[in-house]
Amino acid sequence: MIRKAVVRGPYVRPMQGWWRRDPFFVRYMVREATALAVLAYAIVLMIGVLRLAQGESAWNRWLDALQTPWSMALHLVLLVAFAVHAKSWFDIMPKTMPMMFAGGRRVAASTITRTGYAATIAASIALFALAWWWQS
Amino acid sequence: MKRSNAPIFWLLFGAGGMLSALLGTMLVFITGIAVPLGWPLRSTTMSYPFMLSFAQHWLGKGFLFIVIALFAWHAMHRIFHSLHDIGIRTGTAAKLVCYGGALLITAVAAASLLSLGF
Amino acid sequence: MRPSPRTIELQVLRYRPEQENKPAWQSYTVPFTDDMSVLQGLQHIKDEIDGTLSFRWSCRMAICGSCGMMVNGKPKLSCQTFLRELLPGPVRIEALAHFPIERDLIVSVDEFVKKLEGIKPYIIPKEPRTLAEGEYLQTPEQLALFEQYSSCINCMLCYAACPQYGLDPGFTGPGVLALLHRYNADSRDGGRAERMQIVNAEEGVWACTAVGYCSEVCPKHVDPANAVNQNKVNSAKDYFLRFLSPKGAQS
Repeated sequence: MIRKAVVRGPYVRPMQGWWRRDPFFVRYMVREATALAVLAYAIVLMIGVLRLAQGESAWNRWLDALQTPWSMALHLVLLVAFAVHAKSWFDIMPKTMPMMFAGGRRVAASTITRTGYAATIAASIALFALAWWWQS
Repeated sequence: MKRSNAPIFWLLFGAGGMLSALLGTMLVFITGIAVPLGWPLRSTTMSYPFMLSFAQHWLGKGFLFIVIALFAWHAMHRIFHSLHDIGIRTGTAAKLVCYGGALLITAVAAASLLSLGF
Repeated sequence: MRPSPRTIELQVLRYRPEQENKPAWQSYTVPFTDDMSVLQGLQHIKDEIDGTLSFRWSCRMAICGSCGMMVNGKPKLSCQTFLRELLPGPVRIEALAHFPIERDLIVSVDEFVKKLEGIKPYIIPKEPRTLAEGEYLQTPEQLALFEQYSSCINCMLCYAACPQYGLDPGFTGPGVLALLHRYNADSRDGGRAERMQIVNAEEGVWACTAVGYCSEVCPKHVDPANAVNQNKVNSAKDYFLRFLSPKGAQS
């Protein structure tokens, strides 16, 4: 009797749980997850302008909701998430930019990132200053 | 190979990402913590007359719209791709839910802001 | 009296399609010296312990790109990875991730080669040029624009690092896109328009989500993440400006 050899094709390994296999991937997923916070805040603002459009008593009820411990806790979580987003955004930004040269030398990735951090701090201070002026 | 339509959504993603990176943290602090708490900004900062005049001014109206819309488009683009990353099939249904959601948020914000007048 | 040689355990994911239908780990103990690479460990196994172990290698000096494999879960060139850094072991060695395993540590590279051929990896002159015109001249800055991308040794570690490639093997991938960019960025080349069709496709740059791990693992510091993500801007320009010119944007 002639036995035919079983010829199996190449073995394809599954991708399930791929991001748990390396800390680098976990950090990537954390970065991507900050989008949930950005969405949540966009919805919070959207509800805000909706309530504003619905009149003074609707707006005041919304302000009361913002003062509850739940809202405070949510916004603290959002605060951290936005900070993670900002940092990770400028960390990856050099990869998205073409090569730049200044004074004949290549602009380093760290320069781009640090400029981003600085711009965030400056913009944040400016925004707070604006709100401070607005309140008076 | 077929040309992808990704550039449209990617540009919105990029704009929203930059805006939320630069201003998002402080905006959350101001609107969600500082003003409701009454410190370090007065809780009257977001009182109805103040907010109404802010949202009726073209600058304030424009700012609110841009922030809400770009944050939504940024977030939905990333969420759409994350669904794919965790193994969910990102076909037409997923696109409708994600980008449709961003469109809905944009529309509700626009309608509300426009209804406030100038 | 001589001290007994130190040893280290190497666990290798074996796959012999003629005798098993899925891979299985096999453990070997090899003698250890401070200067041994993972590749030398595998060679010891093949020469002295188990001649059936199959793996690719050639130059053993990190320039041919043949010996890519997963060492303790990370994409590495086995000739450039040293057992002394992996003490006390065991060292887990597996075929390069995201590729189908042909046998043991050998993966199927056919698709990669096809993609490489597809991007026209050669200078396409802007206009016909005679020998009498002499050589092209480039400034150091013109050289800098493409030089790092020309360092690619086609080792495919970046593909093993890229989860988007793992999830969608149709993705052109970091290495091939970096090489595509190497030619587009070279001032001598005029073939950008011909390569844009690949760039603009979903399988081109748009499958990339800027994970960035590809650039982390590249043994030649090519920075494929940069090559791919830079071209998102070029692709977006091409997308919107194509209506302005009959031949499409040629930025």
